[in-house]
Amino acid sequence: MATLIIAEHDNSILKPATLNTVAAAVAIGGDVALLVAGEGCQAVADQAAQVAGVSKVLLADNAAYGHQLAENVAPLVAELAKTAGFDYVLAPATTTGKNLLPRVAALLDVGQLSDIVAVESADTFKRPIYAGNAIATVKSLDAIKVITVRGTAFDPVAAEGGSASVEAVTAVHDAALSRFIGEEVAKSDRPELTSARVIISGGRGMGNGENFALLEKVADKLGAAVGASRAAVDAGFVPNDMQVGQTGKIVAPELYIAVGISGAIQHLAGMKDSKVIVAINKDEEAPIFQVADYGLVADLFEAVPELDSSL
Amino acid sequence: MKIMVTVKRVLDYNVKVRVKADRSDVDLANVKMALNPFCEIAVEEAVRLREAGVATEVIVVSIGPKAVQEQIRTALALGADRGIHIETQSSPESLSVAKLLAKVVADEQPGLVILGKQAIDSDNNQTGQMLAALTGLSQGTFASEVKIEGDEALVTREVDGGLQTLGLKLPAIVTTDLRLNEPRYASLPNIMKAKKKPLEVKTPADLGVELRAHTELLSVEPPAERKGGIKVGSVAELVEKLKNEAKVI
Ligand SMILES: Cc1cc2nc3c(=O)[nH]c(=O)nc-3n(C[C@H](O)[C@H](O)[C@H](O)COP(=O)(O)OP(=O)(O)OC[C@H]3O[C@@H](n4cnc5c(N)ncnc54)[C@H](O)[C@@H]3O)c2cc1C
Ligand SMILES: Nc1ncnc2c1ncn2[C@@H]1O[C@H](COP(=O)(O)O)[C@@H](O)[C@H]1O
Repeated sequence: MATLIIAEHDNSILKPATLNTVAAAVAIGGDVALLVAGEGCQAVADQAAQVAGVSKVLLADNAAYGHQLAENVAPLVAELAKTAGFDYVLAPATTTGKNLLPRVAALLDVGQLSDIVAVESADTFKRPIYAGNAIATVKSLDAIKVITVRGTAFDPVAAEGGSASVEAVTAVHDAALSRFIGEEVAKSDRPELTSARVIISGGRGMGNGENFALLEKVADKLGAAVGASRAAVDAGFVPNDMQVGQTGKIVAPELYIAVGISGAIQHLAGMKDSKVIVAINKDEEAPIFQVADYGLVADLFEAVPELDSSL
Repeated sequence: MKIMVTVKRVLDYNVKVRVKADRSDVDLANVKMALNPFCEIAVEEAVRLREAGVATEVIVVSIGPKAVQEQIRTALALGADRGIHIETQSSPESLSVAKLLAKVVADEQPGLVILGKQAIDSDNNQTGQMLAALTGLSQGTFASEVKIEGDEALVTREVDGGLQTLGLKLPAIVTTDLRLNEPRYASLPNIMKAKKKPLEVKTPADLGVELRAHTELLSVEPPAERKGGIKVGSVAELVEKLKNEAKVI
């Protein structure tokens, strides 16, 4: 058995989500290869070669793959899966993986299992449906199994200790269907939401974007990432990349502090696997208290500054 | 240019699902069904493009049992011009949906196809990307802004790191994210008018598509319940508990 994993990277750094996906591949068993498709991404391949459990790194370094456009990368992956005989193609369930992998599956004429949270056997997996309100056990009937992996469900393998070989892939697929125009990348010194140990998130109750500074102060003391509910993003308080939930980011930190968030099922879907949940809300009936280990019924504008000064 | 939008009939997003006692599936008997919220956003975007004169016609497609005609009518009431219902016994898997949609694309030759990024029942987030593969068209997933300029669609996408803008050669496949627009409500006169708009019914056989299962659902279980927690009386007590009981700070 052999698995091909699409490495998550930005042409210079291998992203941690890759390590969780390797863990899922290790749970499946067999050889694990990592594909690094990008431009000027040799450094990523070098990092990928160190990852524990990986036996081979395939490096497709070409301008056509620079922005990882699905129209170009999907045919490359499909071709590798067929010609190199991979039984599984995996990617992290990030926006990059979600954008690319279904295109690969369709090119291979197979289905895709999205967001798996457990490997039951070589062909059977668990995945959440209905915003995590049900967990389905699904058997894949396809010869090549195409799967995205929910990072929070698999402990990452070690980033170092492996010694995989790096092989260049020279095939160039340039569909010329789309072009990269630009990006607005959120810059922050805080940890990434999906790998943070502590997260403090704000909702509509924050009132405006400036008030998120209250959460940032606490975040700085706890080494936390700052997240948000959909309502806070829709209202323009904070950017979209901070949204936690069914249709945003899925997180499972050691500590999740929800501030001024009511606890709609779509929000809970993104954070209810956190180890410890704290809720600060002035409405004691708010559903968030049903999942909180520690609930504080209080006005956030008093409680959060007090929390800040007592840390 | 014609725009094709797809709509899926799903459980209303406000309803909390229950798993059947025999754990064979979720229980959808007597629960409120609705238009998938992301599809509502897709319909709105298409209608706005027609209102802006960019598009000439909005075609709405849904696949599933007869009941999905209700969601097609809703889309027609929101401003779509005509409907196509592809009748199947149950709601097929994403790849099958994509194969059926690919045939409709071949027949109708739309300049733009807009789908939801995700159906909130399966949470698959696959169909648009699969349709793009099968038709060989460009894809702009998780769109928060769509502009048509010349022979390109300029699509801003919500990605993990922020926002990304792509130029897609038309015809293109776009999937919607939450911030793309705020859908309107259907007015009563428009609901009445929608009843008279054309709705064509086809079968997979009419389209020459043979569907095959790619997965088998073995069982469905409720998620692990969280144990109820406690209420703390003050910030001081909260900090004490986090330090000494939970040991997370
Ligand atoms: C298709 C779809 C997808 C969705 N995806 C997501 C998703 O991924 N993530 C997500 O979060 N939501 C998502 N939602 C939205 C979700 O249903 C809720 O609308 C949203 O989570 C509500 O955000 P909120 O809790 O911040 O706002 P509200 O529900 O308005 O709650 C605000 C809370 O703040 C409290 N509050 C107000 N002022 C104060 C104060 N001074 N001190 C203390 N507490 C205060 C209030 O008591 C209230 O409980 C989705 C919805 C749909 C339909
Ligand atoms: N049975 C269906 N009928 C029409 N459109 C569908 C159907 N299934 C999925 N879609 C479309 O594909 C999108 C993504 O669905 P999915 O890939 O299943 O999460 C949905 O928002 C719909 O726009």
